[in-house]
Amino acid sequence: MAQVAEISELEAGAPIRTVGLSKVYRGRSGAIKAVDALDLEIARGEFFGLLGPNGAGKSTTIGMLTTMVVPTAGHAYIEGIDVERHPAAAKRRLGFVSQTNTLDRQLTVRENLYYHGRFFGVSRSEAERRSDDLLKRFSLSERADSMVFELSGGLAQRLMIARALVHRPEILFLDEPTSGIDPQTRINLWGILRDLHASGQTILLTTHYMEEADSLCERIAILDQGRMLALGSPAELKADYGAETVIVVTVDGEGSRLLEEAERLDNVLRAEADGSAVRVFANPPEGVLVALIERAHAVGLEVRDASSQPPSLETVFLSLTGREYRE
Amino acid sequence: MTQVALPTAEPRPRLRQLGTFTAMLARDLRVLRRQFGQFLLRTIMQPLLFVFVFAYVFPKIGQGFSSGHGATFTTILVPGLIAVSINFQGIQSVAIPLVQEFSVSKEIEDRVLAPVPVWAVALEKIVAGAIQAIIAALVVFPIVDLVHARGAAPIIHVHSWPLFVFALVFSSFLAASGGLLIGTLIEPRKITLLFSVIVLPITFLGCVYYPWATLSPIPWLKYLVLLNPLVYMTEALRASLTPQLPHMPVWAFSLALVGGSIGLGVLALRTFYRRVVS
Repeated sequence: MAQVAEISELEAGAPIRTVGLSKVYRGRSGAIKAVDALDLEIARGEFFGLLGPNGAGKSTTIGMLTTMVVPTAGHAYIEGIDVERHPAAAKRRLGFVSQTNTLDRQLTVRENLYYHGRFFGVSRSEAERRSDDLLKRFSLSERADSMVFELSGGLAQRLMIARALVHRPEILFLDEPTSGIDPQTRINLWGILRDLHASGQTILLTTHYMEEADSLCERIAILDQGRMLALGSPAELKADYGAETVIVVTVDGEGSRLLEEAERLDNVLRAEADGSAVRVFANPPEGVLVALIERAHAVGLEVRDASSQPPSLETVFLSLTGREYRE
Repeated sequence: MTQVALPTAEPRPRLRQLGTFTAMLARDLRVLRRQFGQFLLRTIMQPLLFVFVFAYVFPKIGQGFSSGHGATFTTILVPGLIAVSINFQGIQSVAIPLVQEFSVSKEIEDRVLAPVPVWAVALEKIVAGAIQAIIAALVVFPIVDLVHARGAAPIIHVHSWPLFVFALVFSSFLAASGGLLIGTLIEPRKITLLFSVIVLPITFLGCVYYPWATLSPIPWLKYLVLLNPLVYMTEALRASLTPQLPHMPVWAFSLALVGGSIGLGVLALRTFYRRVVS
């Protein structure tokens, strides 16, 4: 009962807010800015994605929000609670599904849920009831009394999500939930996450899979080298930063020989040479590829390969950083 | 770490955190119950073999140790073996699972997200380890007291219950604190060194097979072993079980046991924090 009153008092604030949040790791090779002055605000019920390549600062950000990493500067707030000053109170309000299997290997599937609930102050009978409910909801009832090391990767991950929900957290964090899992499991997981979102759960997910962020998240923050490059819905991001189609032509000589020709073509906004390739940003793209191949022939270059990529979060990333996105 | 001036309504945070602490303890005891057979085996084997060889086989085949002071070797051995069990179990039950949780299973990541300060998660591990050390002592006591050849019976009884309980409890906390410190510092691939580099020297130089006072002919050793926490555990148990034999003054081992538990404990809580929070 107290739980309910507590939540309603908090309804006003954003579930997650960061102000100038920064983390610098100092090592022998100098200081590395893992996260650089991040300002974020995530609304209640929102499905939010932190997207970026490895080393972008996603896990460090989630670490600071979940009390595991102490910020070098700035603040992180969970339900208005300063995470650094009141870690225990913040932890009570969050559920976390980490990249690796952190299930309790000494306990059964059911006990993993039950004791997690007990850690969060859920009464014995209520913890039992919620465990049974979650086992049913996540189709784990048949395995309830198995030890967790007997579970396959996909089942273990489902159990980790179920466990993170036992104490009914305000916010569910998932750190790279689909990296290294098979396609079928990923599709199942997406279904689970969509259902959770539909039931009103606030979710923050990190991923380095563009299509995952695109398909699941209402809003995305694109991170690279600790900085937030862009923030918006997938549609907004594509409209704002990635409206160009990216056309890449690879030739049998120096790409730079074709660069000037490419820049002169109609509808080409800009072009860049990269070894034997020329990358052209075009809008609208119609006719540009054919024209480019013609120009290559005209300057005596043989075309080895040509491709055209319609606007996507990948082209957004490319246009923001000037680098190909490598997962 | 303080819980003052929370910006939100948090009904009785201390009480809720105590609930989390006892729930974590309940989890550890659940696991102990499930593995109690294993626990008994690893607790009993060493002291049982020890008393079998030294208190049964040796007297039977006419070998033996004279201890001076008119006491049989078994009388010296019993408090020593109880202390070894406490020390071994206290260190092992905390350090070994912890090293795994830090490296292989990463389970620690989840436990640290329980809604208590990080130091409380670490303190729970010490308490759970101390409980296992106490159980180990109570299991080993009758075995080392009863297994012996005729005529080689140890002269043991609890002369001072408060002193015995004090020795038992603080020895267990000291060992478990040491276990937490080791578990947070040792690298997983070096865990096999735990026994050869830490547990064995501690055991053999822990005044288990001889009272501390009898080391006088080797003064450098007598003072060097004062760095060994097991010395204070054995001496404290001697003072409560065999006061007729020479033992350290009560103030000396009390100071070492209490001070050591607190000192090692605080140090271990800090190394634990540094391992899980970056």
